[in-house]
Amino acid sequence: MDNVYSCFFSDMGFLNVAISLIIGISTLIMIRIFYVIYWSSKPRYSKPPGPLTTLIVLGSGGHTAEMLNLLAVMQMDRFKPRYYIAAATDDMSLQKARVLEDSLIKKAEVEVVGTSHFLQIYRSREVGQSYVTSVGTTLIALTHALWLMIKIRPQVILCNGPGTCIPLCVIAFFFKVLGIRWSSIFYVESIARVRRLSLSGLLLYKLRMVDQLFVQWPQLKSKYPRANYVGRLM
Amino acid sequence: MGESHDSVKSKRIVFVTVGTTCFDSLVRAVDTQEVREALFKKGYTDLVIQMGRGSYIPTKSTGEDGSLSVDYFTFSSSIAEYLKSASLVISHAGSGSIFETLRLKKPLIVVVNEDLMDNHQSELAEELAERNHLFCARPQTLYQTISGMDLGSLVAYQPGDATPVANFINRFLGLNDE
Repeated sequence: MDNVYSCFFSDMGFLNVAISLIIGISTLIMIRIFYVIYWSSKPRYSKPPGPLTTLIVLGSGGHTAEMLNLLAVMQMDRFKPRYYIAAATDDMSLQKARVLEDSLIKKAEVEVVGTSHFLQIYRSREVGQSYVTSVGTTLIALTHALWLMIKIRPQVILCNGPGTCIPLCVIAFFFKVLGIRWSSIFYVESIARVRRLSLSGLLLYKLRMVDQLFVQWPQLKSKYPRANYVGRLM
Repeated sequence: MGESHDSVKSKRIVFVTVGTTCFDSLVRAVDTQEVREALFKKGYTDLVIQMGRGSYIPTKSTGEDGSLSVDYFTFSSSIAEYLKSASLVISHAGSGSIFETLRLKKPLIVVVNEDLMDNHQSELAEELAERNHLFCARPQTLYQTISGMDLGSLVAYQPGDATPVANFINRFLGLNDE
């Protein structure tokens, strides 16, 4: 027996062991990824969970308006603490989110003190930025996103485009694969998207990185069967 | 006795808005004589243009000579008041602008900016026009749209509701207890 093993190591060489290990680990990761994708699409909890740490990604202008519309009808005491993230160059969105949170305090229905946080994230690319410098800024944005995700480790992510949410959702997906934190990712496509998904929506849909994607027009439901059509939010 | 408010002519204001964009072709089109005359013929008395970041400056007019009175400004912190006092709104195709106007149940002509790179905005304007909630035009066809429009054909837009999405999320997360 000993002879067989010593022959194996000396004849086959270290390289082949390394290759076998790589193939083995890659297979395990692939299986884990399929497992994550499969279970992500299923309802998450069998019995009501406690308050869920929630990450809300705000985009500019119309995107924020739609998101705030949705938040206004959600049970805020089940989604806390809430972390609002907007792009560093977007001043309006966080301001509007603060207004919403202030109105919650006034309503005093919810134990809100200290449950909402407002953060900014570096953008991967500004409109019109050259693609060469975009590589650098995207890396910075990814690092920043990773740092924020490690700090927050959300259980629920709400986003509706634009690109600000992609680094965060990709990192969340890998957190799931690596078992760091399981998050339920919800993406609501903008009402302005009638016949085609936005690039963010399309990426998350095709790569199956979103648990549930919502579209606001029936044409998109026909085109993307795994999407959910539940009418318009505005 | 007669009408006690003879001296106060009721204004019919046309409000043009480009939001935070630069949409010179719309401002130019609205400032042409043919569009101004078409609006005047339709019974509008005032034209107010919110020109945003555009570089084309329209020509002001008091309208004393029996034509449309024209005024303009660049930005306002809130255009809600302008929208409320308007009898007709001509807007760029931004979804915020569109829905803010539809919520106020104002007749709306949406003008699509063809100079924009990724014109997904036109999808929303076209869909809502197909459902008769507004009229859709391009800067070059604005005149025809105004002359030919029948406001009676417009159907009120029923505001949407985010509750179904919230309910779906709740069910997915098992939050609907009892």
